[in-house]
Amino acid sequence: MKSREYKQIEPRALPASAPPAPAAGKEQAQGGRARRKWEVFPGNNRFYCDGRVMVARETGALPVTLGLVLVTSGCFFIFDCPFLVQHLTGCIPVIGGVLFAFVLASLLRTSFTDPGILPRATPEEAADIEKQIDNPGSSSSSSYRPPPRTKEVVINQQVVKLKYCFTCKIFRPPRTSHCSLCDNCVERFDHHCPWVGNCVGKRNYRFFYCFIVSLSFLTAFIFGCVSAHLALRSKDGKGLIFAVQESPASAVELVICFFSVWSILGLSGFHTYLVASNRTTNEDIKGSWSGKSGAEETGNPYSYNNVFKNCCAVLCGPMPPSLIDRRGFLPTEDAPLSTAVEIVEMPASKNDVNMVTTGRHGFHQFSRVRFNQEEKVLLRFIQRPRLPRARVDVANRRQVPPEPSSSGQGCAGRASWPFLSG
Amino acid sequence: MRSAPRTAARRTTLPFYHQSFHNLQELRHNASLSNKVFVQRDYTEGTVCKFQTKFPSELDSRIERTLFEDTVKTLNNYYAEAEKIGGQSYLEGCLACATAYLIFLCMETRYEKVLKKISHYIQEQNEKIYAPRGLLITDPIERGMRVIEISIYEDRGSSGSSSGSSSTTCSSGR
Repeated sequence: MKSREYKQIEPRALPASAPPAPAAGKEQAQGGRARRKWEVFPGNNRFYCDGRVMVARETGALPVTLGLVLVTSGCFFIFDCPFLVQHLTGCIPVIGGVLFAFVLASLLRTSFTDPGILPRATPEEAADIEKQIDNPGSSSSSSYRPPPRTKEVVINQQVVKLKYCFTCKIFRPPRTSHCSLCDNCVERFDHHCPWVGNCVGKRNYRFFYCFIVSLSFLTAFIFGCVSAHLALRSKDGKGLIFAVQESPASAVELVICFFSVWSILGLSGFHTYLVASNRTTNEDIKGSWSGKSGAEETGNPYSYNNVFKNCCAVLCGPMPPSLIDRRGFLPTEDAPLSTAVEIVEMPASKNDVNMVTTGRHGFHQFSRVRFNQEEKVLLRFIQRPRLPRARVDVANRRQVPPEPSSSGQGCAGRASWPFLSG
Repeated sequence: MRSAPRTAARRTTLPFYHQSFHNLQELRHNASLSNKVFVQRDYTEGTVCKFQTKFPSELDSRIERTLFEDTVKTLNNYYAEAEKIGGQSYLEGCLACATAYLIFLCMETRYEKVLKKISHYIQEQNEKIYAPRGLLITDPIERGMRVIEISIYEDRGSSGSSSGSSSTTCSSGR
């Protein structure tokens, strides 16, 4: 009875691609290194610290930005602060220090954070979309069909066109754009900033805004303090030349700050306007909302028509998660589970299958969880109670007419399942 | 009738009286993935994460419409809760801004907490409702929050001995 009911599948019966379990188990335990998803990421990005830090492949002017900030602030603290503390107040280095910390922290966060990259479509998903594009008759109800590879949606009584991305093989969500430098679709794409060496998008826009605002404060602060320093030194008829000769670094700082404060202040002002109207640089440059109607506020379907609410939504909204799961492990679907997994089997006293798989090495990654879920699904599905239809009697290889009540036992409330095939 | 844990590597004859599988490969001998259905995003309310509740025709014979719609509506509610702009998100945002966003390095955001709840919910739905019907819902976060992927499994060789043995196993398990 037991040997007939239990069916052990011999390794030889398995397809050639699956190696025998014991040997494969040892290989996996010893040599096979599980790869993380960032190692096979298709975009133009570089990853450091085992996927924790990501930047665009071309860092652009990030070293220049960092260098300018560090050099200017360093010179300020070394050459100007001692004099100013002596002659003015001790708060100056404190304020300068706080601003410098903000600038550096937000710059590094902007550069090293995933801007909101959308992962590319899986092959099945891409095929499904292709099928929908080829058979649009079922989905479109109006007589007008939009040009192929675009979809139209109505958001807040405004028609928005969603374009198909040929690289990522998806229809881009609203406000998403494909960055050609990084070769990724980025959600709420603002622009690719060479000064921070990364795209600015949904996830790092607030860091970028914090960076430019604090940088404009820092630049203005240093400019003011250095001017005061030179003014104090050139007092009593000594002259500016004398002051510059005594503190040449201050002159360098003054020149750097003078030329950068206008552009940075201008940029801060521009982005404050964008935040207040809930737009992106990309939309503003393309004139997506302002060109069509006279009143700007009604053109943008994403705006809350309230400056305060727009600011809160953009800067204080919930922090969305990274969608690309850089540090997740690549699933190894065809390999046997082997020694990495223990299968705990309990006597099947109930009809439900009690099967628990646990990762032995604390190997809890998203792909592993999904892998175990797939096992559970398959087991439950295979061992589900069949509907009262003709069953095959293995022993006699004949069809047995259904018994009316037996299949209903232990299947709490599953008696009427017209959907399952027997 | 041993119930002690055993590793998949040992291929000894088992005295269990129900079927035992050593790996996914073996499971797939009895049931196979036949199709995948994708539930797309609903952008009518803007960029908030919301999925269409339209019932896919491929699931017509596999699951009741109401169960499916309930699942999608619950997921939509979870995502709406995660993306809600209200008191708690303002507080989180202002606190983060005051600390130059360094606090995000140590703190789990509200969104991440809700994502964990969603993951548990999907696991529970899979175990209770979808797995017995041969369906598997993939967490949307694994697909970039673009789609809800539903995998459809079918018996392999319905008249073959493998499914025959599984049906007798079921009957003996009672």
